[in-house]
Amino acid sequence: MALLEIKNLEVQFPLGRKTLQAIHGLSFDLDKGERLGIVGESGAGKSVAAFSILKLIARPGRISGGEVIFDGQDLALLSQEEMRHIRGNRISMIFQDPMMTLNPVLTVGTQMTECLKAHRDISDSDAKRIAIDKLAEVKIPSPQERFGNYPHQLSGGMRQRVVIAIALLTDPAVIIADEPTTALDVTIQAEIMGLMLDLCRDHGVALMLITHDLAVVSQVTQKICVLYAGRLAEQGPTRTLIAAPKHPYTRGLVKALPQQNVPGTRLYQIPGSMPTLDDVPPGCAFNPRCSFADDRCRREVPEPRQIGTHLVACHHAETVAAA
Amino acid sequence: MNKIRLFLGSDFIYRFRQDRAAQGSFTLFVLFVLFAFAAPLISPFDPYDRLQIDLMDSELPPLWQGENADARFLLGTDAQGRDMLSTILYGTRISLIIGFCAVGLQIFLGVSIGLISGYVGGRIDSFFMRLADIQLSLSTLMIAIIASAVFKASFGSEIYGDMAILVLVLVIGIAEWPQYARTVRASVLAERSKEYVDAARVIGLPRWRIMFRHVLPNTLSPILVISTVQIANAIISEAALSFLGLGMPVNKPSLGSLISSGFEFIFSGSWWITVIPSLVLVVLILSINLLGDWLRDVLNPRLYKD
Amino acid sequence: MEYIQFAVRRLLQATVVMFVISLIGFSIQDNLGDPLRELVGQSVSEEVRNELRQEMGLNDPFFVQYRRFVVNAVQFDLGNSYFFKKPALQVIGDKFQATMELVIGATLIIVLISVPVGVYCAIRPRSLITRVVMTLSIVGISVPVFLTAIFLIYIFSVELGWMPSFGRGETVQVGGWSTGFLTADGLAHLVLPSISLASIMLPLFIRLIRAEMMEVLETDYIRYAWAKGLSTNRVWFLHALKNTLLPVITVGGVQFGTMIAYTILTETVFQWPGMGFIFLEAVNRVDTPLIIAYIIVVGLIFVVTNTVVDVVYSLVNPTVRLVGQRQ
Repeated sequence: MALLEIKNLEVQFPLGRKTLQAIHGLSFDLDKGERLGIVGESGAGKSVAAFSILKLIARPGRISGGEVIFDGQDLALLSQEEMRHIRGNRISMIFQDPMMTLNPVLTVGTQMTECLKAHRDISDSDAKRIAIDKLAEVKIPSPQERFGNYPHQLSGGMRQRVVIAIALLTDPAVIIADEPTTALDVTIQAEIMGLMLDLCRDHGVALMLITHDLAVVSQVTQKICVLYAGRLAEQGPTRTLIAAPKHPYTRGLVKALPQQNVPGTRLYQIPGSMPTLDDVPPGCAFNPRCSFADDRCRREVPEPRQIGTHLVACHHAETVAAA
Repeated sequence: MNKIRLFLGSDFIYRFRQDRAAQGSFTLFVLFVLFAFAAPLISPFDPYDRLQIDLMDSELPPLWQGENADARFLLGTDAQGRDMLSTILYGTRISLIIGFCAVGLQIFLGVSIGLISGYVGGRIDSFFMRLADIQLSLSTLMIAIIASAVFKASFGSEIYGDMAILVLVLVIGIAEWPQYARTVRASVLAERSKEYVDAARVIGLPRWRIMFRHVLPNTLSPILVISTVQIANAIISEAALSFLGLGMPVNKPSLGSLISSGFEFIFSGSWWITVIPSLVLVVLILSINLLGDWLRDVLNPRLYKD
Repeated sequence: MEYIQFAVRRLLQATVVMFVISLIGFSIQDNLGDPLRELVGQSVSEEVRNELRQEMGLNDPFFVQYRRFVVNAVQFDLGNSYFFKKPALQVIGDKFQATMELVIGATLIIVLISVPVGVYCAIRPRSLITRVVMTLSIVGISVPVFLTAIFLIYIFSVELGWMPSFGRGETVQVGGWSTGFLTADGLAHLVLPSISLASIMLPLFIRLIRAEMMEVLETDYIRYAWAKGLSTNRVWFLHALKNTLLPVITVGGVQFGTMIAYTILTETVFQWPGMGFIFLEAVNRVDTPLIIAYIIVVGLIFVVTNTVVDVVYSLVNPTVRLVGQRQ
């Protein structure tokens, strides 16, 4: 049985007169120690999916259907207090922008030890010792000193290391990382990503990596889940998904990867842009941008189908795969 | 015509139609303005005309208080025998005039200084902004009280009474420009960095034209939101000054001086001299504040925050 | 080093403000009333007047006179009150204690009520209590201080007879300070004036704290705190509240000054023997030295509170950039 199973997740945002559906019937799962990539443009519902696992969707959003099963437990049935012991303890999160993630008025040390003390019966001095060890583990120089610093005294890269250290403090089963390197300087992105990957591997932590960058997940994960306008487009093992995409959208993303390009030619670009939640076209949401689209695509929403090792939501998946 | 239709179909009007409190406070405010400015036409007496005042009529209760009430005076009379209704209408007019003019002066000063500061920058900018800092760190009411007190002490009550309106407008107007200036300056700075301003400059449009055509329209909604609150504040300040005897004289009373002159009679039972103008004042300010609150919610401008 | 630079800057600014206030004070002295008339009356011949004028230095150039004014002011000498025939600063000083006690009473009410209520309204934005509080607060903002004062007197003193309507009541001397906080009568006299002085600030602070806290609750670091599985109390009352109260401190400093202005109104209604009350009397008597003394003392209070607030803010807020302005 998978460690984390998401089944037919539905998330809605009631906004005044209308209700926007951010996620439609999304399913995927994550095994122990596995690394899964969730890929999509901004607004595709990646972050909403991540936050709904921890039941922390921003108001007025709410989970309107489906199940989230973690370690055999349906999270919907847990009390607030039981849920609290999952958050930051069994499932940790790493946020996008380390500049905004750490509380500006509390020291790094406080923000580390409080997490330990929220989940373990532990003395102050033990918590401090563990925290400093973790800071050293994420390769922060002079961790003793950094422990007493305020976030603004650290660089962006350092802060994200602190956040990674916090995520690892409680030896979680899963880490959800929401665009963990996007806000960082290009020069340190690879460094931070490598660090995170090594640590997850060493500690046997399952990683759910959320990003808009297919290039990054293709190097890091074993499995990829592509989202488009709140729905699953395609899901499958990383290698075959990159090598033989079966959804036109995935195909477009793969074609746009720089390493797929012959030097000196223009980078491929999918025409058009993703619809916003309040004007999703009828039928397949991708149809206006799709060269395979026909009348059926404009009428009928494709349900995800199992094709080989992939799960694909496209009426013409076979044609696409062959093309 | 087209613009009017566009305005009527806008989100702004839609939300106004949805909101009872906004409609109510807007209606109240309009009624206040109408009645106050029509005071000379509709009020039964002229409170400024000494010939119409009879001391024998003093301290008559409002009509519904029975016994001593006099059918001529719907809301009773004050200690000098003036008709309360007429005096209140005229008083509201004075309060509103001072409120509007003072805020007009604030806008004029604030917008000009804000535009100049934002555009010219450098020493002029830092001079005005330090001045604004200092002025905001002092209390505006305190400045107004001290300034009008000094005026009054130097000119004596008689002369001061004659020029009270002017002094009040000046004092309240000058005391509150910094908020406008900061908001306008902030949006000048924000706009100045945008490409279209560069573009406009490249094609040779003069600076002042860019300011008036592009920057000012962007500051309209914050100015509108600030102004509603400021009108309420100006009326409160005026009432406070008049209550202290530093504002409108008793023979030409605003709502504040009416309340002040009735205060001593509250102990002897003639409550209406104070209570009725107080109610009028509170309802007037409340309607403006509710309107301002609603405007802030709907327009949601980025106000200058310290 | 940073702190020293910051402190020097702040002090410099304070000095400039005090300089401006002293100039204003001096020019009032120069133009308002005639010290000679106050001294000798009007029945003195022009010759004697001129002699006296010369003797008192009233014919000296502006800067000489101004320097004399400042030198005296620094030595706590702003001249004698025409009416009380005592040093003006001494008159103000006596009344200062009464005003301060009123301000302290009102501050206590504001802090004790606005923080819990504002926080509650932020974390329960949809509850009935919140809606009632928000509606009441806008009504509260719309009622001028002097009206609140009048109606408190009318209800609690005139109609119900529960509370005294004027004066400070019984006071006791503690050191050089005469306080009403230590006697039942003094406290009873403090209640209504403090409430009315607090009445205008309280709704403002409730709204301010609520707005700040709601903004903070939407930030990433609060979401992150939830994601760490911290207890509700820790997220609300440590992570969110600390960030909420920091900007409130700055506003609080400015509002402290505003409160001094409102004491003039409150003291007038309650005939509270404080600085504001004596100031208005001085205005009506054209008691120039007393007016100037009041302006200078109030200016000093403003400058001191603002400086103290800035320094305190920079100490409690680790992110404040010391040199230069707030972010």
